[in-house]
Amino acid sequence: MAQLQFDNSAVLAEKIAADAGVTLSDCYQCGKCSAGCPMSASMDIQPRQAVRLLQLGMADELIRSRMIWLCASCHMCVDRCPNDVDLPALIENARYQAQRIKLCAVPEVGKFNDIFMENVKNFGKSQEVILEGAYNLLSGNLLQDMGSVPHMLRHGIIGPEIRAVREREHVRRMLTEAEREDEGC
Amino acid sequence: MLRYAYYPGCSMDTTGVTYRISIEYLAKKIGLELMEIPDWNCCGASSAHAKGKWQALALPARNLAIAEKRLPGLDICVPCAACYARLLAATVAIRESAETRSRIEEITGVTVKANANILTLMDVLGTEEGMAACAAAATRKLTGLKVACYYGCLTSRPQAITGIENIESPELMEKIVSLSGVECVDWDFKTECCGGSHQVDAPTAARPLVERIFRNAKSNGAQAIVTACPMCHLNLDMREEEINRKMGTAYDIPVYQFTQLLAVAMGASAKEVGLQKHFYPAFKRLDRTLRKAGTLQ
Ligand code: SF4
Ligand code: SF4
Repeated sequence: MAQLQFDNSAVLAEKIAADAGVTLSDCYQCGKCSAGCPMSASMDIQPRQAVRLLQLGMADELIRSRMIWLCASCHMCVDRCPNDVDLPALIENARYQAQRIKLCAVPEVGKFNDIFMENVKNFGKSQEVILEGAYNLLSGNLLQDMGSVPHMLRHGIIGPEIRAVREREHVRRMLTEAEREDEGC
Repeated sequence: MLRYAYYPGCSMDTTGVTYRISIEYLAKKIGLELMEIPDWNCCGASSAHAKGKWQALALPARNLAIAEKRLPGLDICVPCAACYARLLAATVAIRESAETRSRIEEITGVTVKANANILTLMDVLGTEEGMAACAAAATRKLTGLKVACYYGCLTSRPQAITGIENIESPELMEKIVSLSGVECVDWDFKTECCGGSHQVDAPTAARPLVERIFRNAKSNGAQAIVTACPMCHLNLDMREEEINRKMGTAYDIPVYQFTQLLAVAMGASAKEVGLQKHFYPAFKRLDRTLRKAGTLQ
């Protein structure tokens, strides 16, 4: 069902803009966003181009891009935009639409987010040890940051104990509810 | 009175431990009462807002609701920049739209008004009362130490929500940290991003963000970087040696939480602010500064 929407990339572009509360014609393509973006060097599509794609009704290209996952949500672009175009909101909504069709062009980022939220759902709090460990396992980057572990153990920065919310059932319930709501968006 | 509801956030018990203990030290010294929100949960940073709008709003909303009920009338102090951004975003969303608010209440099953203000620890200490209390307690000076105050993105951006005036070059951290006697250098990367969780899940793309922060601080004469966030601190402190090794650079810049410098100026020992827990050696620079300034007890 969700698939249907993508038959029309132009409609999807409008939806992304509407959900983000952005008027696409506000952007006059000056490129200030790309110039200030700290992640731009690694992006396949530059922030300015992301808006252009939506203006042209080519949302499919945006949701397939790596840029929406590499964006660090730092909000530099919107703060420097002469027209207050909320690019991070556009990118966020492009991610939501990508997820609807199980698309994530930078799978490591998607995995990190999944494990993070799974953790919060289970314990109510984020467990850095589980997060890092599970992430390394699932992403195949087994030894990443392992050099830091002895230091962290020695100084009690990380430890085996689980920190959980007492009412963790409440957190789980509301997250399940929120997920349902998000799917409907 | 310096009394606030307190949201520490998940990192405070682990990678943010030096931040936590230095906050506790100085709070005791200046009579700052931080009332922890009972049974608080994760704010959702850095992933909930990538997964879905309502997930990103529901998590902070539960914390706001508990604070309203159990600690009524108190503003909420949030020392972690990422948590601050999430709690603030939820507060703004709830205040702005009755529809959003009732949707959130349906999802969370609790009532939430979001009438408490969300403040960073810098906001709290930067008040007239906070400044006066810190000034009175900071008796030994770290004179001669040149630092670059690094705010990161999340305490200041987006400007439409934080309302910070001089977004490219805020001055609040400088104002507070100067009470410890340090000299704050002028530099360009105060509100640039450290890469956040991308240092873990997209390291190749994100590492340069850290490198250029060190580069700019160094070229502007800083001997240390000062942060106000557990994630910014970890991303800089843990990556410095790796960057030197891999990129052939020679950065020699310890990274301190601004609260560590204040606590040391208030008399804290190296251990009391966790200097031995840093990845990049952090003890010598402060020790030397105190000896030179003649203020080591
Ligand atoms: S800075 Fe604003 S107006 Fe300029 S290209 Fe980027 S989004 Fe468009
Ligand atoms: S919010 Fe994303 S697109 Fe905008 S400047 Fe930051 S990383 Fe770049």
